[in-house]
Amino acid sequence: MPVEIDIDHVAKLARVQLTDDEKATMRDQLAVILEHAAKVGEVAADDVAPTASPIPQVNVFREDSPEPSLSHDAALANAPASADDRFLVPKIAETGS
Amino acid sequence: MTELCDRSGSQLSEGLRDGEITAVALAESAIARREDLDGRVAAFLTPTPEVALERAAAFDTYLATGAPQTGVAGIPLALKDVLATKGIRTTCGSKILETYVPPYDATAWTRLSGAGSVLVGKTNCDEFAMGSSNENSAFGPVHNPWDLDTVPGGSSGGSAAAVASGMTVWALGTDTGGSVRQPASLSGVVGLKPTYGRISRYGLIAFASSLDTVGTFTRSVRDAATLLGVMAGKDHRDATSLDAEVPDYAHGIDGGVAGLRVGVLAEAFGEGVEPDVAASVRAGIDRLAALGAEVGEATLPHAEYALSAYYLIAPSEASSNLARYDGVRYGLRVEGDDSIEMMFRTRGAGFGPEVKRRIMLGTYALSAGYYEAYYGQAQKVRTLILRDYAEAFERFDVLVSPTSPTTAFPIGAKADDPMAMYLNDIFTIPANLGGVPAISVPCGLDANGLPIGLQLTAKALDEVTLFRAAAALESDLGLDLRPPLLAAA
Repeated sequence: MPVEIDIDHVAKLARVQLTDDEKATMRDQLAVILEHAAKVGEVAADDVAPTASPIPQVNVFREDSPEPSLSHDAALANAPASADDRFLVPKIAETGS
Repeated sequence: MTELCDRSGSQLSEGLRDGEITAVALAESAIARREDLDGRVAAFLTPTPEVALERAAAFDTYLATGAPQTGVAGIPLALKDVLATKGIRTTCGSKILETYVPPYDATAWTRLSGAGSVLVGKTNCDEFAMGSSNENSAFGPVHNPWDLDTVPGGSSGGSAAAVASGMTVWALGTDTGGSVRQPASLSGVVGLKPTYGRISRYGLIAFASSLDTVGTFTRSVRDAATLLGVMAGKDHRDATSLDAEVPDYAHGIDGGVAGLRVGVLAEAFGEGVEPDVAASVRAGIDRLAALGAEVGEATLPHAEYALSAYYLIAPSEASSNLARYDGVRYGLRVEGDDSIEMMFRTRGAGFGPEVKRRIMLGTYALSAGYYEAYYGQAQKVRTLILRDYAEAFERFDVLVSPTSPTTAFPIGAKADDPMAMYLNDIFTIPANLGGVPAISVPCGLDANGLPIGLQLTAKALDEVTLFRAAAALESDLGLDLRPPLLAAA
C-alpha cells in the first residue's frame, strides 16, 4: 500500500529547505522506500524486545580527571562567524520595544 | 610494470626492515601513481604528498638508528574523508563541510600515526558515507580502476579505488551497511569490517551510531590483520569501544581450514544474484571444502527483513546525528533573517539529494504516530537477526555468501532509483545489524573482467577465525588482481 507522506511537515521537523521539485521527487521515492521498509511490521511480534545496540554496554565510566581541551581559538576556528570568544548567530528572539 | 606501491604491506614492511627499500622511495612511488592516474579515477579529495614525504623521511632517519618498527611503519596509508585529521581538511564528501579543518585526530588515525603510518591523503566517498556507488559525493564520482565507466562501490569508494590502483598500499574506510566490504568486492581488494566497537569511532564523523564501524582496505588478508592489530582496543573517548583483549591477529593466520565449520547461506544465492557472482563464490566454497573445511548449509531466516530494518534504523540515527549541521559552529552557513531560517537554508544548500532523502526518511520514521510502526519494529527485527546469528554460530565457525549480488555497474545506472541502489547492500547489512565481523575476499572475475568478492562472517570478536579462513582461500586461489588500467601505467 503506498505511503502518503506530508513532505512539508517532515521537512519542517528536519529543518531542511526543499525546492518544489525536490519535494515532488522525495514524495515518490520515500513512498517506495517506506513500502519496502514496512515489511518490518510482518515479523516482529509483541513478545520480541527491541535491540538498540548489537553489543550493548551500560554505565561506561572513567576517571573524572582533567585533560587538555581545545583552546577558544581552536574551537572557533571553523565558525562561520564569531566575536568575543563566542559563536555569532542571527537574532534568535525579538528584542523588547 | 609493478612498482613498490603495488606490493602488499607485509612485503613492504620486510623490505623496509631489511633495508632493501626506503620509505621515501615507497611514498614517492605511491605519489607518482596518483599523479599519473587520479585525474581519471578521482579517488582522492585531499592528497597530502608533502605530509607523506616528510613522514617517510623521518621514518628512514629513525630506521637508520636500528630501532625496531611496527608492521605499518613507513607504509603509505589513505583515510576515507569521514575520519577527522587535525589540520587537514575533512569534508565527508559534503558541501556542508567543504572547508572544515578538524582541531583533533580520529583515534584510529592517532594509533596508526603513532605506529609510523605515512598519510598520503584523504579519499573521496559518498556524502556522509551514504551510498553504495560513490556517486553521492558532492565532489564527483570515483571511477573504478577496473573499468573507468563503472562505479567502485561505496560509500568508501575512493579508498577502495586507491588501494586497487596503487595510489596507496592500504586505506581505512567505514562500514555502516557494507561501505567497506561492497567497494572492496567491486574493486578487487580485501575489505574488513571488524566487530562493532572493536575500533574506536572517536573522530569518525557519525552517520548511524549503532552501526558505524571503521574498516580496512588491503591487498592481502594478512595486511588487514596487521592494521586491525594496531587500531583495536578500548578508547576512553568512545564509550562504545570494547574493553576486550586484542589478540595477535596474525598468529595462526596460515593455519588452514581443516575441520573449520563453514556455513553456506543458501538464501544468498537467489534472485538478483548475477550468475557469474554465484558461480565464482560457489567455486570458492568448493576450494574451502577441498582444503578440509566441513561445509554445510546455513540460514539467517530473518535476513530478508534486514534491508527494511536497516533503511529505518540507519536514516533515523542519521537524522539525529546530522542535526548538528546547523550553520552555527562549523561548516557552511547560508544567511537568513533569523537563526531558524539560516538553519533551513544552510541545510537545504549544504546537503545533497541522498543525505536529504535519508534525513527525511529518518525524521518521518521517528515522528509522532509512526515511531512504533517503523523504528520500533525495526529494532525488534534487529533482535531476531541477533538470534539468527547466535543459532548459526552454534553450528558454524564462519558463514559464507557473495559480498554483493553484482559486480561493478555503470556510473549512472542506478542513480535515479534509490531502492535499486539499496539492494546492493542486501548481503552486507545483516553483519552491521548483528555487530559481527565480516570480510570480503576477491574470489574471481566475471565475464567482463570485473572483480567478484566472497564474504565471510564470524561471531563477535572472532576476527582470528575470520582471518584464518580468508587467508586460506586467498592463498589457495592465488589470484593476481591487477586492474587493466595499470598495464598502461
